Formats: sequence, C-alpha cells, structure tokens
Amino acid sequence: MAARTIPIHPAPSSAFEYLTTKKDELVGWARKFSIFPYPFVTACCAMEFMSVSSTPYDTDRFGAALPRFSPRQSDLLMVVGTLTHKQAPVLRKVYEQMCEPKWVMAFGACATSGGFYQNYAAVAGIDKIIPVDIYVPGCPPRPETVIDGIMKLQDLIARSRHPILTADF
Amino acid sequence: MAPDVFELIRERLAADVREASVSHGILVLVLAPETLPGTVERLKSEFQFDLFLDVTAVDWPGQTPRFEVVYHFYSTAHRVRVRLKTRVPEADPAVGSLVPLYGSARFMERECHDMYGIVFRGNDDLRPILLYEGFVGHPLRKDYPKRAEQPLVPYRD
Repeated sequence: MAARTIPIHPAPSSAFEYLTTKKDELVGWARKFSIFPYPFVTACCAMEFMSVSSTPYDTDRFGAALPRFSPRQSDLLMVVGTLTHKQAPVLRKVYEQMCEPKWVMAFGACATSGGFYQNYAAVAGIDKIIPVDIYVPGCPPRPETVIDGIMKLQDLIARSRHPILTADF
Repeated sequence: MAPDVFELIRERLAADVREASVSHGILVLVLAPETLPGTVERLKSEFQFDLFLDVTAVDWPGQTPRFEVVYHFYSTAHRVRVRLKTRVPEADPAVGSLVPLYGSARFMERECHDMYGIVFRGNDDLRPILLYEGFVGHPLRKDYPKRAEQPLVPYRD
C-alpha cells in the first residue's frame, strides 16, 4: 500500500492572485501607521511627552515613534505645553512649513485652552492660531490619554479622503 | 540675631538711610532714590556685597509715591543679604542704573522696565527682554487689565 503524501502543487483555484480595496482606505491605512511627529515642546508637558515616547508606552506600536526635527519631514505637529504670544509667530511658521497631509495635536490643557493661564502672556489655546485635529486634555495628560489621542487620530486618518493625484482622486 | 556687619552698616550709612530694620535675617534699608547708587557703591566696596541678586518693583495703587523699587544683594564674604527699598513717583518712575557697578544689572533692569515701567537712568539698553517689541503698557502694574491680550498673530475665525 502506497504511503499517503501531501500534494505539493496546490489547486489553481486557491492561488492568491488579487484582492480588491478602495483607494482612500488603502492610502489611509498606510498613512495612519506612518505618523511622523514634530514635537513643538514649550513647557512642562514635555516630561509626559518623553514618558509616552519611552519603552513602557512605546508609540512605535502606532508608527508614531520617530520625531522629525524638521517640520518639512513631519506629518503630525504635536504642540506640547503653553503657547505664549511671543512664540505664536514661530508656531504659525512651523505649521506653514509642513507639507500636506498634516495634522495637529494640542497636547495638554494649555495647548488646548490656555489652561490656567489667563493673562497678558499666554495664548488661550493654539486653535486661535492654527487648526487643530485632536485635543488631549490633562495637566499634564497621562501617557494612556496621549495614546488614546493618537488612536483617535488614526481613526480620523483612516476615515478621511486622501486625494493623491488631483482634488478628485 | 543680626550679624555684627549689620550694625556696622547701619552705623556707617546712617546719613543716607531713612529706616533700617532686620526682617527674616535680611537687613532692610529704606533710601531716597537719589542716594541709592552711592549707597550701593559703598556696600560693594566697603562691605563686600559682590553679588547683585535681583531688582524688582512693587506697585502700591493709591499711595504716593506709587512704586517701590526693591534691590537684593548678597555678600559672599559675610554670607548675609541686604535689601534696599526706594519709592519713586508715577509721573517720573526713575532711579539710577547699577550697570556701572554690576554687569548683571543690565538684564535685570530690563525685566523690571518691562513689567513695571521703571526707568533706570544710565542703562542704555532698556529694550523689551521678556515682552516683545510693540507691547503697550506694563503687565505687572495693578492697573493693567488682567485679561488684556496683545496678539502678534491674527486670530483665526
């Protein structure tokens, strides 16, 4: 009786030949896992920013680990800390130097609303200067809150339209 | 207990000092604005007050003279601090600069000028240091509106 052998040539019908998707879903999927952040770090929230980048929390899991220190190479502007009126022109210029597509995260209470600073020096929220996509509350926010914000931003990117050639496609 | 050097200072500077007391281990001298630079020079040369710690001001709304300019010095030889206070009026809030005695006074006087509008005669560089060019007013004066904003970038919306 001949030994039973495993067929070495699979049937043609099971070959993995093509799959279908939508352009926006495919581009969104790629973009949401390659968020290169630019840290615009001005104040004490920087401590939590370092923490969220560190091994226990590891934003590399979301493709958002490697900070680019040139706004021209980055996708996500993380404004970490209080913005003063004196710094506002700098933030505006950094934002304008970033290439499309770009997103902005307001990290912490001060970047979101000015926090407890209601005085001559502080801007009451960076959204008075530049458009913001995601707000992370907290003074400072815990790393879990920041990761939650990054995941919400990923959902936003995945659901967005991504015109790559023309305004329609 | 006040160190012996405090007694010596009070004795030798008695002619210029209006009031003298010891508060929390710091000798406090109240002076007229015109005698201040000379007194500081003597403190530096005779009593080794070689470290200029800070200059700030206090706004007393409703009082005349309105502003009190406050200086702190430290003597690394005697390990004691001295505080000098002088009152200047709102119409002419000016006092002599200490830049010829202490180089570090240049920046500290600029900050005090930013925040309170005190004019330091003899400091040739009173440009804004913490504030920005074009800022109107002096934000730490009591009559500066708390919520006033002077944005450099036009707001969205």
